[in-house]
Amino acid sequence: MNDALLELSKVSKIYGDLHALDEVDLTVGRGEWVSIVGPSGSGKTTMMNIIGCMDHPTSGTVVLDNRDISEFSSFDLTQVRRETIGLIFQQFHLIPHLTAIENVMVSQYYHSMPDEQEARNALERVGLGDRATHLPRQLSGGEQQRVCVARALINSPKIVLADEPTGNLDANNEHIVLDIFGELHDEGTTLIVVTHDATVAAKAQREIRLDHGKVVEEIIHNDAPQVSSVLKEEK
Amino acid sequence: MFWRMLRSALLRQTSRRMMIICTVALGACVATSMLSVMFDVGDKVNQELKAYGANIIVRPQGAAVVQDIYDFEEDPAQQVHLDEADLPAIKTIFWTYNIIDFNPELTAQAEVNTGNVSTRSKILGTWFNKHLALPDGSEVTTGLVNLRGWWTIEGTWPDDNDPSQAVVGAAFARDNHLSIGDQLTISANGKSLPLTVTGIVTSGGEEDSQVLAQIDSVQELIGHPDAVGEVEVSALTTPDNDLARKAAKNPKSLTIQEKETWYCTAYVSSIAYQIEEVIPGSTARAVRQVSESAGTILEKTQLLMVLVTILSMAGAALAIANLVTANVMERAQQIGLMKAVGARDGAVAGLLLTEIGVIGSLGGVIGWVAGLGLAQVIGQIVFSSFIAINPAVTGIVAALVLLVVLAGSIPALRFLLRLRPAEVLHGR
Repeated sequence: MNDALLELSKVSKIYGDLHALDEVDLTVGRGEWVSIVGPSGSGKTTMMNIIGCMDHPTSGTVVLDNRDISEFSSFDLTQVRRETIGLIFQQFHLIPHLTAIENVMVSQYYHSMPDEQEARNALERVGLGDRATHLPRQLSGGEQQRVCVARALINSPKIVLADEPTGNLDANNEHIVLDIFGELHDEGTTLIVVTHDATVAAKAQREIRLDHGKVVEEIIHNDAPQVSSVLKEEK
Repeated sequence: MFWRMLRSALLRQTSRRMMIICTVALGACVATSMLSVMFDVGDKVNQELKAYGANIIVRPQGAAVVQDIYDFEEDPAQQVHLDEADLPAIKTIFWTYNIIDFNPELTAQAEVNTGNVSTRSKILGTWFNKHLALPDGSEVTTGLVNLRGWWTIEGTWPDDNDPSQAVVGAAFARDNHLSIGDQLTISANGKSLPLTVTGIVTSGGEEDSQVLAQIDSVQELIGHPDAVGEVEVSALTTPDNDLARKAAKNPKSLTIQEKETWYCTAYVSSIAYQIEEVIPGSTARAVRQVSESAGTILEKTQLLMVLVTILSMAGAALAIANLVTANVMERAQQIGLMKAVGARDGAVAGLLLTEIGVIGSLGGVIGWVAGLGLAQVIGQIVFSSFIAINPAVTGIVAALVLLVVLAGSIPALRFLLRLRPAEVLHGR
């Protein structure tokens, strides 16, 4: 069995004349924490959508958990998302009429079977055990993001994709969220974090810089915890 | 979890659902009221039109047509009559409850002597308020008084048990200086009968120049006991359709199945046919002017109501389509999120349809109740009576609401199915 959880080989995404991703190669090992940085329009979100099974590449192959998902149908990609991926968004995207615990249980419901106690444990893990019955509008931005993290973790995904997870948070909440990420990493969860924030990027073991759809730089953060990192040869 | 999500969506976002509920309720209200009135308007219009007289005339066979073409009325030798003893059988036909009133008429030319003046005039013999014991043991009171409800009388109607009482037309009374309580004598064929005037009637027709007596008196005058010239029948009927028109031309042209349907429907022609069956030697004919007016008015009224119902439901469907689509577009990120965490299109569409279905049902029930109320208001204003609640209306309105809600949800469903989570979850 390959030690890499994710392998992108010459992945391109082309919209008309625009190459949002241009023959990108990337390998992420199991348990690795990778940050993806780059200016606006560099292809970060496009890469996240392809890795998160929410979009197809125009060309190239994407192997996730030893399965080539490049040609998967939408039906199959949904199944992969359910089983393999946890998603965290900058804007949280909590369902406004559901309580914190119900928002976590939504993810369970579409994965397998809702378990209220399990959902409560997930909220306690992110420090929101006492806020379980609050609606999103009754929570602060940091608390909402932690609910979003609990929702991403509830199905024990193999990989967590976070898109600007601290973009809407103050320093204190950013610190809390990064601590949770650190715990996840310590437990062996693979993390891919898209960010503009140098502090957040530096927390990762490896920092991938994108520009104009290409990987232009890859930085290894030696002070970050090292797990099984599988790097492809630099182009 | 499905019901939990549904309950939360319905209970915690009521303001957003109110417009949809109101729209469905409005459509259902109009549909319920229009359909209720439409189903009941047949009886209402018939009852209104029955106030304008009989819609079936029964005459002796053979005389019916010839009597109309050639004026034999002056010649007793040419007269053919029905038997008065057969008339109660009219209330024994299949559509007995649709027979509202009937009365026999027998006319004769006679010398009328008022004491001072002697004049020749037509005498109309009839029932005024005849109490009949029917063959099935029931009893009925029928006659001219009920059948000509729009006539006005000064004085009182004659007592049917007293053959010496009569009323005179307003013009006859004026010309002969008659007033209530005066005596007059009618003479014909060498017989004379004394009568007492109990009332003076204004009919607006030829009866204003006639003497109206008990039919027994006229039978005695012409020397034909139990003779009846013709019978006027007022019946509640179903408006004619193609089957009824075909049957009216020739009942023998109907197939067995058609005849069964025609016979068991209260068409004016089928009631006339059944009257002919129970009155020996008779021919019953619809008074086309009345029955066709009823049919025409009814058809146009019902068509108008169907159009209003269709337009209101179509309007509701368009409004729902806009509201639901706007609602789904507003929730695009929620739907995208559900898909992102693993919901399939069918699951999200099922949730949305159930949500819209519950909202539509609530709106439908509110509209149905309001529609029944509106139907009563329409009934009171237009017909001065209540509109009957027809169970079929409930079923039809429920089906219409379901159809409208489903049709109105189609654009939203198309949007939902095309929605890709990647397009709505990364907006910055």
